[in-house]
Amino acid sequence: MYRYDEFDQALVEQRVSEFRDQVRRRLAGELTEDEFKILRLMNGVYLQLHAYMLRAAIPYGTLSSDQMRGLARVAQRYDRGYGHFTTRQNIQFNWIKLEEMPDTLADLASVGLHAMQTSGNCVRNITTDQWAGVAADEFEDPRIWAEILRQHSTLHPEFSFLPRKFKVAISAAAHDRAAVKVHDIGLRMVRDGAGEVGFEVIVGGGLGRTPFIGKTIKPFLHKRDFLSYIEAILRVYNQHGRRDNIYKARIKILVHELGAEKFAAEVENEWRAIKNGALALDPAVIAAVAARFSYPNYERLSDNPSALARARSEDRAFAAWFDSAVSNHRQPGYAIVTLSLKPIGGPPGDATAAQMDAIADLADRFSFGEIRVGHEQNLVLPHVAQRDLVELWQQLQMHELATPNVGLVSDIIACPGLDYCSLANARSIPVAQELTRRFRDPALARSIGRLHINISGCINACGHHHIGHIGILGVEKNGEEFYQITLGGRADEDAKLGTLLGPAVRYGEIADVIEDVVEAYVALRQRPEELFVDTVKRLGVEPFKERVYAAR
Amino acid sequence: MTSPHEQKKRKINGSVVVTANRLGDGAVVYRTADDHWTTDLAAAAVVAAPAAAALLARAEADGVRAVGPYIAPVELAPGDRVLPGNLRERIRLDGPTFALPGVV
Ligand code: SF4
Repeated sequence: MYRYDEFDQALVEQRVSEFRDQVRRRLAGELTEDEFKILRLMNGVYLQLHAYMLRAAIPYGTLSSDQMRGLARVAQRYDRGYGHFTTRQNIQFNWIKLEEMPDTLADLASVGLHAMQTSGNCVRNITTDQWAGVAADEFEDPRIWAEILRQHSTLHPEFSFLPRKFKVAISAAAHDRAAVKVHDIGLRMVRDGAGEVGFEVIVGGGLGRTPFIGKTIKPFLHKRDFLSYIEAILRVYNQHGRRDNIYKARIKILVHELGAEKFAAEVENEWRAIKNGALALDPAVIAAVAARFSYPNYERLSDNPSALARARSEDRAFAAWFDSAVSNHRQPGYAIVTLSLKPIGGPPGDATAAQMDAIADLADRFSFGEIRVGHEQNLVLPHVAQRDLVELWQQLQMHELATPNVGLVSDIIACPGLDYCSLANARSIPVAQELTRRFRDPALARSIGRLHINISGCINACGHHHIGHIGILGVEKNGEEFYQITLGGRADEDAKLGTLLGPAVRYGEIADVIEDVVEAYVALRQRPEELFVDTVKRLGVEPFKERVYAAR
Repeated sequence: MTSPHEQKKRKINGSVVVTANRLGDGAVVYRTADDHWTTDLAAAAVVAAPAAAALLARAEADGVRAVGPYIAPVELAPGDRVLPGNLRERIRLDGPTFALPGVV
């Protein structure tokens, strides 16, 4: 866990009282909506179709059990008893009254949470691997770097009015679980020839209207240069980013228009001037931030205790859950457990207050009081002793948190879509719900294998449709909901944008079409182990197109 | 389905109302003939599209009680019932199209 200092707490509390006054003045008519809107957005408050929405940050996806209880309290007290975990390791509450927003933020502040920089043209919540600090394939904990950057960028005057929002993700493992290549800046911790750990710096990735996979502009950045180099990137962007056209304002457009090489040269130029100045990181500063992260006092245990081995071979339901939800931990005898927030027929990423409370209790009992939020909209208990897995599974089942579908076809990422969002063209959630019903049979889902379906309700791509193995994008045609389908996208270290399958299909047809796509894959794959994305990579979308559209 | 921004661009024919979100809680409200706001669509002022501009202008002048007023289509059903004119407006009136979590 990370322990915030008094400075952070004072800052958050000060922001709440400032916002309380701003809300009071707005409600009294002393501020117009135009004046107020920018203030509420700076505090994570949006207006959706039927209510205000509050987006609170969960820095690098790490929550304590007390913070989770705080979220449950907010859901219960001010909302309709649930919250929605997003693809950016945030939580959104959909029904909070503006009148109660200051109290809500005060409640969040009491557990060290806030909504700063969850909106606006600033450096947003910095995301990382949800397995940070526990993954077996990790070089070192990426959250230390996320925290150094968080401290540096929070309310940084130079970076509070960037041309557009700015998203940074950091991953420190061989396998990228943080989708770093589709962020404004993606940082991958890597080891150079001499064994030193540093960063590969990737810029200009992003989804939305004009999607791009980021380009590497520095293959290896030393740790001491972490802040100065990022500052140089932000300065170049601040100076040259387009403020005249909102659709061209993201850094990806600048990198694309200048070309990665020229952009890198500009950064290099800027960097030279500041590289050896105040931003050069002293190892003592890094160590001080690292020291604020505490790790559990693990017991000395061995892997695969006999009771676990027995349960896996004797109880098929447990084995199915284990295979989908349990991952290797770097500490022997421990495991990383993913809690599926994708129940069959449920809205992806939602958790009720009762579930949040239950998860907090289970985290206390089984995971040293710690919880993680992943960009796939699931939660994680990061430190579970393997001997406790059967008992944990039984408890999770009671709270509908043990659907054995993590990483499988019904583990769908979906944005709020037209059911909540005022920018939407089409609904996302009901499409996801119907698809989970179509693929509800766990044996079927397992036989299909790893397959990520991502759904967005409009071109803004909050549901990351471009990088879903199957991407679904809601569009509007003559006032009716239609959906475009892309195949072959992926979010990992081999990130790739999906390819359009064919003409958009109606709301009533989309689930049938996706079933046909999956059937086509099963028929086309060379062997059962060939993943959906690999079949698409090998064959392209044509054979899928033929099969899917031939029938229509 | 169509954002208010696009609804403004698109020509709306037929019957319309002026709608917005209530300032204090964000609830969906409709402009009444006597220049109030109501959550009850049946109590809204339903006007022919050309006459909506005046209704909207008065709603816009009232910036304190409601936020972001715009013109939205409605359908008139038998018995003088007023129904939202598209899916987006139906969702605004009735809420999400699925059971909310925790509600059984
Ligand atoms: S992708 Fe579009 S519809 Fe979905 S949440 Fe983002 S803005 Fe709204």
